[in-house]
Amino acid sequence: MAELIDQLFLGKLGNPVLDQRDDSGVFQIGNSYVAFTTDSFVVDPLFFPGGDIGRLAVFGTVNDLACAAATPLYITSSFILEEGLDMATLEAVVDSMRAAADEAGVTVAAGDTKVVPNGAADRMFITTAGIGLLRTDSGRPYLVSGSLARPGDAVLLSGTLADHGMAVMSRREGLAFESEIVSDAAPISGLVAAVLDACPSVHALRDPTRGGLASALNEIARQSGVCMEVEESAIPVGEPARAACELLGIDPLYVANEGKVVAIIAPEGADAALEAMRSHPLGRQAVRIGKVLESPAGRVHLITPYGNRRILVLAHGEPLPRIC
Amino acid sequence: MRHIDEYRDPEQVRKLVAAIREASPPPMTIMEVCGTHTMAVGRYGIRQLLPQQVRLISGPGCPVCVTPQSDIDAFLGLAARPGVTVTTFGDMLRVPGSKSSLEAERARGADVRIVYSPTDGLETARRNLAKETVFFGVGFETTAPGVALTLAAAARENVPNFSLYCVHKLIPPALSALLSGEAPAVDGFLLPGHVSTIIGTSAYEPIARDFHVPCVISGFEPVDILQSVLMLARQVKEGRAEVENQYRRAVTPNGNFAAQQAVEAVFEPCDSSWRGIGVIPASGLKVRQEYEAYDALHRFGISEMAEIPEPAGCLCGEVLKGRARPADCPLFGSSCTPAEPVGPCMVSSEGTCAAWYHYGGE
Repeated sequence: MAELIDQLFLGKLGNPVLDQRDDSGVFQIGNSYVAFTTDSFVVDPLFFPGGDIGRLAVFGTVNDLACAAATPLYITSSFILEEGLDMATLEAVVDSMRAAADEAGVTVAAGDTKVVPNGAADRMFITTAGIGLLRTDSGRPYLVSGSLARPGDAVLLSGTLADHGMAVMSRREGLAFESEIVSDAAPISGLVAAVLDACPSVHALRDPTRGGLASALNEIARQSGVCMEVEESAIPVGEPARAACELLGIDPLYVANEGKVVAIIAPEGADAALEAMRSHPLGRQAVRIGKVLESPAGRVHLITPYGNRRILVLAHGEPLPRIC
Repeated sequence: MRHIDEYRDPEQVRKLVAAIREASPPPMTIMEVCGTHTMAVGRYGIRQLLPQQVRLISGPGCPVCVTPQSDIDAFLGLAARPGVTVTTFGDMLRVPGSKSSLEAERARGADVRIVYSPTDGLETARRNLAKETVFFGVGFETTAPGVALTLAAAARENVPNFSLYCVHKLIPPALSALLSGEAPAVDGFLLPGHVSTIIGTSAYEPIARDFHVPCVISGFEPVDILQSVLMLARQVKEGRAEVENQYRRAVTPNGNFAAQQAVEAVFEPCDSSWRGIGVIPASGLKVRQEYEAYDALHRFGISEMAEIPEPAGCLCGEVLKGRARPADCPLFGSSCTPAEPVGPCMVSSEGTCAAWYHYGGE
């Protein structure tokens, strides 16, 4: 996937905005600094504990804007519907999107609907796009980017990993655990705003969605040309998600999250940022998990509980349960 | 979490690491023969914790990796047939045959379904009687009993559209073959904990006795592995060659009798080809004749296949025998990566090369 994006899309469509390789494109229109993003949602099953495709579609785009340090304002929503999809399902999803948009404080400004023949889509695909404004101070924008991480920066994580991915996988595969695993899907724009208010030196923000924390850290390490070093014992994973991961042989560091943020912060601002996260309902379990080093550039190191170190590589494909 | 946290306790790990150093073992090479051990060693960085003179190498412990290309090609052939649904454990999805993979065939429209259990394969058959359902029976002694019970159930219920493509293999014959052949000098075996829950500790007595190689059956957590290394180090130092059981919470001397019986009821041992190694006598399982209706080889008329040579440059065979490290392979990390694997050792979640790529090797 990374090669596809690099070689085909960036190769053919590349420009200074896209070449930043952040989740949102950031550019100027007049005196305003705008973040603009899009995401497609193909989750199966459509409904899972803690959310549904509609809720994900709204929050996913809102969160990408938040990670550009932008205030999310307007979103669009395009639906590709498989012929024969029952109306009750569609209505439930749209109701959920309305509630999610209200919760995130965004307005749906435009939309589109296409119906495709039976078999041409898996019930429903949703694509959302979103636009937001960066904050400015005397005309200068507060810019954050995956390319701005610097050696010495602190790495913060807003809460527990793997809840979303394991909730979806459990529901999809019909696995019932004693404690239900609930997706963490949530709009992180409020949490991010609190951090930006408290700290003027946030360098990078990333929501660890598909590919999990490991992939998010790898992307930032590559964009910034730095090494990220994180402590395994500092990384929080909730008990139910952890149990599911152990059972299926899946590494929680690679599982998708939909309501979390990784923040790379200058060392002098880290304490204030952490404090701000913990004061917010979505960041109560926020922790410092590591730091940024100069080299080896582009690598992510994990310090195990035993004090030794191993490399955390970029994810390839979906995590699959192991054989025996 | 019980049965996990105690065996990952950093304090226990520290004590065992110290004890191994104190035991002052001579230079020794320990081979593990289980993909889960390969992964655990990588994930916890066990090699970094051991003194330099204790070398841990991987053997043919990944059942996916040792499944011959010819079998994968044959199974892909079934997948490509209209009217056939193939069911498989997730591991097999990306393993390359000579020209394709299950993932590629699925993208071309083949009905390939990942299941967590062979019973899911049988259920798939029951739910769609209009199509043939074939289950790819890959795995060592750990997975064979579940597959055996599924086959027996299919026969008992006369499920008309279910069959099994059986490529199960057995560990002890492989160990003998490695020690008899040109394997590197192995000073001790770290034996697979879950295979051993089925076959018991006594299954390995001939290895220790006939080849004078120390054996320790090990669990999968860092404390288990380090304790097993300590036990092996002591055996080597004291000149003993015994079968010891570190994984006592799960493994008994005689193993799981019911599981063994289930396997014997529908399978019988046969000579089997191991990818990269060749034919090892009595090292595989095949479906007994009375169940041939449920044997995919019989049902689909698949006959003896010639072994297909590995792609040029691929060192999977040497890696599987413990004679090469992944980093020794010219393709490792360059033309052979998890995204574009050349050989099975890279793509299987329990493959030695995948473990090195993922966790960084030594």
